[in-house]
Amino acid sequence: MSNLPADLKYTKTHEWVRDNGDGTVTVGITDHAQDALGDIVFVEVPENGRTVAAEEASAVVESVKAASDIYSPLAGEIVEGNAALADTPDAINTSPYEDGWIFRLTPADMGALAGLLDAAAYEQIVADES
Amino acid sequence: MALRTPLHSEHARLGARLVPFGGWDMPLHYGSQIEEHDAVREHAGMFDVSHMCPVDIEGPDAQGFLRRLLANDVAKLKTVGKALYSCMLNDSGGVVDDLIVYLRGPAGHYRLVVNAGTADKDLAWLEARREGFDVEIRRRDDLAMIAVQGPRARELTATCLPREMAESALELAPFNATECGGWFIARTGYTGEDGFEILLPADHVVDLWSVLLDAGVRPCGLGARDTLRLEAGMNLYGQDMGEDVGPLEAGLEWTIAWEPAERDFIGRAALEELRASPERREFVGLLLTGRGVLRAHQTVLSHGREVGEITSGGFAPTLQRSIALARVAPGLGETCEVDIRGKPVPARIVKPPFVRQGRILVEL
Repeated sequence: MSNLPADLKYTKTHEWVRDNGDGTVTVGITDHAQDALGDIVFVEVPENGRTVAAEEASAVVESVKAASDIYSPLAGEIVEGNAALADTPDAINTSPYEDGWIFRLTPADMGALAGLLDAAAYEQIVADES
Repeated sequence: MALRTPLHSEHARLGARLVPFGGWDMPLHYGSQIEEHDAVREHAGMFDVSHMCPVDIEGPDAQGFLRRLLANDVAKLKTVGKALYSCMLNDSGGVVDDLIVYLRGPAGHYRLVVNAGTADKDLAWLEARREGFDVEIRRRDDLAMIAVQGPRARELTATCLPREMAESALELAPFNATECGGWFIARTGYTGEDGFEILLPADHVVDLWSVLLDAGVRPCGLGARDTLRLEAGMNLYGQDMGEDVGPLEAGLEWTIAWEPAERDFIGRAALEELRASPERREFVGLLLTGRGVLRAHQTVLSHGREVGEITSGGFAPTLQRSIALARVAPGLGETCEVDIRGKPVPARIVKPPFVRQGRILVEL
């Protein structure tokens, strides 16, 4: 079974969201998602200051197999993309919840975070897919 | 219901991710596609290619039949065991399939190895054109096939074979095969590395796979097979060429035997017409110099104008860069751009192959 930290929120499109407690959240893809994609070889992160809508394609992760859009779980403004992924895209494979984070954003409405999936609900979605 | 090779349970036991391919359930990778790719470039890897289809063609007219059906000329096969790569064309010069043909006996015994997804079509194509030729066409579904590839592949495989078979296998020149007791060992492959492709009775294949595994040969999936062949500049049927695109626009002119001029192979007239045409597109390699990953079907641009399309692309682990094969308008020069998600990204036009025998052949 893949690793699913209980303190994160999740989306049905396999992103995770961490509340940084400073008005920003960090977004990445789940352990299950990186495993399904295979070796990741390129990541296109969003530019700082870009305004994104909820469920808008905001980054691209390319594995040896294919390119996959990463959807912003919440509406808001991008404050930082993970520049280290330019040289080490495989950090998403080896450390999906830490070094492999993809972008940080300031949500327009922090309250919307509560509407995302918890670990148990996401785990059920993954189980139903397989 | 997808077909399964005799090694299916071995793949499952090794933790393979299985995917549908050409009607078969095949391993994509066993954990890391890139590590499998590197194992073949640096050491030795093995692929279950039992989905590929051997077809034996025998009889007094076997040579005449294949000289009519194939764009390359089997009359070039002068010694038993010699192999030839060829396209089998339709009347308009498109490719029905690409294949390897081996001469098995001086009296016109041949073995073709054709692609999995096209095997039924190929057999029907051959059957429909046999009239007037005294030939027997036999599909060999009773055989399985393992490709062992890499700089140490031959040496490690030899330790897994009976002594007599090992000796004759090690003596093989490239693109030659030897047979012993129903086993057929060829020094061929689809990775750009040295190695063997071994055809053997399906009920022996699990044993061979197991001893190769014990000898340190790494199991590799279709994912690594695709990046290895792409770096080696080898075409994939249905992607780089097909029924609508023939060898002249797929970098395969070297496989057409124009001489002797009187040999009337199927597709010849159409090829001769295209050969002289100024419209004929070129088949080139691309090396991405900007950021991103090249993928099949992306548009190639030159000074903002659409000039072609990528047929195969991806990340090349040996080069640590993205590369592609592309069909483009003639005379583009040394650089172009590729449309990646709406943005033009610069690339260099190079001559494939990108990698052979572990060596990088393009300037990075």
